[in-house]
Amino acid sequence: MFFLPSIRRRPEFREGMRDMFPVAIGLGAWGLMTGVAMVKSGLSVFESIAMTLLVYAGSSQLAALPLLVAGAPMWVILATGFCVNLRFVVFSLHLRPYLMHMPRWRRLAHGYLTVDMTYALFTRRYAQPPASAAEKDAQEAYLAGNCCMTWCAWISMSLLGIALSNFIPQRWGLGFAGVLSLVAVVCAMASTRLRLLAALVAGGTAVAAFALPFKLNIVAGIAVAVFLCFRLEKQFRLDPNIEDER
Amino acid sequence: MTQAAGDSDLWTLVVIVGLAGVTVLTRCFFFILDRPWGLPDWAHRALHYAPAAALAAVIAPEIVMTQGHLIATWQDARLYGAVAGAAYFFWRRGVLGTMLAGMAVYLPLHLGLGW
Repeated sequence: MFFLPSIRRRPEFREGMRDMFPVAIGLGAWGLMTGVAMVKSGLSVFESIAMTLLVYAGSSQLAALPLLVAGAPMWVILATGFCVNLRFVVFSLHLRPYLMHMPRWRRLAHGYLTVDMTYALFTRRYAQPPASAAEKDAQEAYLAGNCCMTWCAWISMSLLGIALSNFIPQRWGLGFAGVLSLVAVVCAMASTRLRLLAALVAGGTAVAAFALPFKLNIVAGIAVAVFLCFRLEKQFRLDPNIEDER
Repeated sequence: MTQAAGDSDLWTLVVIVGLAGVTVLTRCFFFILDRPWGLPDWAHRALHYAPAAALAAVIAPEIVMTQGHLIATWQDARLYGAVAGAAYFFWRRGVLGTMLAGMAVYLPLHLGLGW
């Protein structure tokens, strides 16, 4: 919601921009290669620009490309996008108490602009939802700063990638920079023994189940990891909240 | 996409708008409605593990698979790039450093040796 001057004027907005900057460089590199990949896979320049500006979700854009090219049915493409984005459903559950004090259109605008990195950074900075009016404003401004930085980096670099797509060979593999920035985010999230185990199990399952249609291997990875951690919690009577403080 | 490459067609644009709707739906899933709704206990507990699991599930195939198959060689620049990135993260923290350290290992191997 960085288009509202009242939010932009708060110091937390600039703080949110600054904290997001290092992440945004990696995200920008990923956006650049996504822009290249969209045109290279056969989308027209207009379609690529529309996808960049509207969809605003790198992994679901990249997952949709081969399906669009193959002329897959629309429901398959949308269901694939939903599955790839399923992690955001989990994030939205976590973000609900942070946003519910706002009117709906404002919640939706924040939600739409909140990507993986924004979620990770925001919830790390604010472990608890806001309790007072001042905290509400501060948190909203920080979140908006995060979102503004990621949006500008992603959109500008994607558009640059679309423009340069004829000059950057895909074989350079610059898109790997995006994967590497996600490696850092996973390492940061795997902050307890059980979370580390969850990440390893989910990664292994997603690879083993890769043949599943519609990218369901990602859903399978999440499900197996979460259920395994539930079992271990029960078996060893671990409390995830206490584990968090180790 | 059913026409010659480079042409825009209505179907593709409708799919793109649909995908934008999916982005809004998934990112806002639990706060679209005003009505408060209690969350089951398992969902609360899943929050501890699901985000790390989801991201790991997205990136693991990007690192160890090619064309839908597990890579059968150690001569793949992505493996060393990812290990270097993770090692940097546990040494110094920071996303940008992780990315630069990983790319510093990945690019020479990928472009120089063709891994």
